[in-house]
Amino acid sequence: MFDHSKIEKNSILMLIGILIVVSIGGIVEIAPLFYLESTIEKVRGMRPYTPLELAGRNIYIREGCYNCHSQMVRPFRDEIERYGPYSLAAESMYDHPFQWGSKRTGPDLARVGGKYSDDWHREHMINPRAVVPESVMPGYSFLMDAPVRIAGFAGHLAANRAVGVPYTDAMIAATETDMAAQVDPDGDGAEALVKRYPKAQVRDFDGRPGKPSEMDALIAYLQMLGTLVDFSAYKAQENLR
Amino acid sequence: MTFLTIGSLGFGGLLGAFLAANAVDTGIYAHGLLLVTFCVLGVFWILKQGGDTGGPADPESAIPYNDAVVRAGVIASTFWGVVGFLVGLVIALQLTFPVLNLDLQWTSFGRLRPLHTSAVIFAFGGNVLLMSSFHIVQRTCQTRIAGGWAPWFVFWGYQLFIVLAATGYVFGITQSKEYAEPEWYVDLWLTVVWVVYLLVFLGTLWRRREPHIYVANWFFLAFIVTVALLHIINNLSMPASFFGVKSYSLFSGVQDALTQWWYAHNAVGFFLTAGFLGLMYYYVPKQANRPVYSYRLSIVHFWSLIFLYIWAGPHHLHYTALPDWAQTLGMTFSIMLWMPSWGGMINGLMTLSGAWDKLRTDPILRMMALSIAFYGMSTFEGPMMSIKAVNGLSHYTDWTIGHVHSGALGWVGMVSFGAIYFLAPKMWNRTRLYSVRLVSTHFWLATIGIVIYTASMWVSGIMQGLMWRSYDALGFLEYSFAETVAAMHPFYLIRAIGGGFFVVGGLVMAYNVYRTAQGHLREEKPYEAEPVAVPA
Repeated sequence: MFDHSKIEKNSILMLIGILIVVSIGGIVEIAPLFYLESTIEKVRGMRPYTPLELAGRNIYIREGCYNCHSQMVRPFRDEIERYGPYSLAAESMYDHPFQWGSKRTGPDLARVGGKYSDDWHREHMINPRAVVPESVMPGYSFLMDAPVRIAGFAGHLAANRAVGVPYTDAMIAATETDMAAQVDPDGDGAEALVKRYPKAQVRDFDGRPGKPSEMDALIAYLQMLGTLVDFSAYKAQENLR
Repeated sequence: MTFLTIGSLGFGGLLGAFLAANAVDTGIYAHGLLLVTFCVLGVFWILKQGGDTGGPADPESAIPYNDAVVRAGVIASTFWGVVGFLVGLVIALQLTFPVLNLDLQWTSFGRLRPLHTSAVIFAFGGNVLLMSSFHIVQRTCQTRIAGGWAPWFVFWGYQLFIVLAATGYVFGITQSKEYAEPEWYVDLWLTVVWVVYLLVFLGTLWRRREPHIYVANWFFLAFIVTVALLHIINNLSMPASFFGVKSYSLFSGVQDALTQWWYAHNAVGFFLTAGFLGLMYYYVPKQANRPVYSYRLSIVHFWSLIFLYIWAGPHHLHYTALPDWAQTLGMTFSIMLWMPSWGGMINGLMTLSGAWDKLRTDPILRMMALSIAFYGMSTFEGPMMSIKAVNGLSHYTDWTIGHVHSGALGWVGMVSFGAIYFLAPKMWNRTRLYSVRLVSTHFWLATIGIVIYTASMWVSGIMQGLMWRSYDALGFLEYSFAETVAAMHPFYLIRAIGGGFFVVGGLVMAYNVYRTAQGHLREEKPYEAEPVAVPA
């Protein structure tokens, strides 16, 4: 019969035993997600974030929005009616890190893009209770006066490419002009931006012309959430997992 | 040894200065300077100590224990506990009265919530684990802790990690992975501290004067190595600049999600469970003056607990875009996890056999017993919530928050308070605590607080889950999201009141520990065993 006292008397044996025992679950559950092709559905329309959207996403993370908002519509009748089509794994394949969230103190935001106007978002961010009296969300008026840091942002795209997001050399080279171009629909850069990033929305999001503010970036991010995948071309039956 | 330590600190100081000098943002600049300050103060402190790395609290002790570092742990645990509970109360009130966010970026809920979770888990819980593992490994190995200044480096290095993380959150430096929010450079610092911690712990085991490694140390060893594994893998990331704070996770989307919840669920499993079971296996038998109930049960529940826990992460991702097979696997193992968890509960509670009468006269033991009862309750509730049908209702609601707090306040909090009350008089070499009656006051404040907290979150969580899926007679969704938010308000207020009780209890403990350290004794009626009624 196996004698446990051998392990109890040898700290290295115990250490190795622990390492083996705690490694099995992770290897069986997580490792296959990296090679099973069915893990990520085949969809049309996914692209990397524009520089302004990525900056907005970083503000979303910095302010801890994920503490109260999920970005994951579950396949339930009430959620699909409330928020839209259930979320696919493919929709967050360029998200480093993911933003699925764990708590809905506020509503899910996976498909918030296009649901409200830019003006609504701006007023809501400045004073949430001005547009939703029951809201318990903090106010974010300071975003209006904070300019987005453009200089050096190419490094952020490059870091994303290093971890697998398909940013091209041209995208990285144009980071700074693309950032400014997305809030200037009459400018010269808008057309090239949309060519690089299909479906990119080019508007003065915060209603204040000039250099993009953090409010511009955050609204640009929110307005594109859940809008990329072409659901008319998506066949759920071909992606059973 | 002293020169080696000073040399390392000098290197750390230069690294901090190098980071600050090349910083591309103010975050790295400030944190680089903080590292310089830490290293400079460290060198001065070591020189001032003149080779004294700490001795036993009891001057007559035959073994030269390092009790000074345990004493520091008692102070740090008490301090961070009160801070963490207070921040929790603040954010509970922010959800009740949003005007308390002050509309400033540094005081908004989104930045303070990670401050609360990290302060209670890592600052309070982490310091309790350092304090008790350093105490228990010395006593059960009958030897002084290994490594001269190394335990002090672990202690102070860990405090620096806490300050780096906490200041980072307030200034918006976060990678948004729950319970792993600190950015890449803070993660690297913690890795260094943690490796030294493992070496100190192993080094002490190697010097033990007992042939067997005591069961509490199995749990500490599993906690230290597994947390290292989880921390390193979950935090793999690519910085946008090596002189800037921001990094991008190595994994994306679904893989990132499961890696994160594999980490986060096992932060619960190994940090808040295995580590604290280590406390239970030493302090409960000591305080009850009874041997551990079953040696065989310890072996079975130790190996099965650490094997099964690792699988449970996917239950945080039920009905998400995680493939179904992984969700089902996670649910199955989560339900199985109920058994080894209750194995631990039974082993802890049954250790009180023959000593149940002490619950009347010893409020410290009463705290420990209640903590094990809460452990049992939470580890039943957890597997239940991991069932997909239940999770469909509970997920994203306050039910999860209630579940977490019955475990965190009830189990981790109460067993930590028990350990602090056990250690305070011994580490300052006093005859007893300043006041045992105040321990009882703390016990009731904390218990009432937890019950109010948990019950209000159950009600609000289940209610919100039901409101979200409620349909009217015509087949339309009955409630807008905003209506469900309004319905939460009274329960958020009740929750804050429960939290308030718990905070006051923490302050009573801090006062009691302070007066004990000062050597004061409160004049009070001691608890005495009531005469046993003899049947006629």
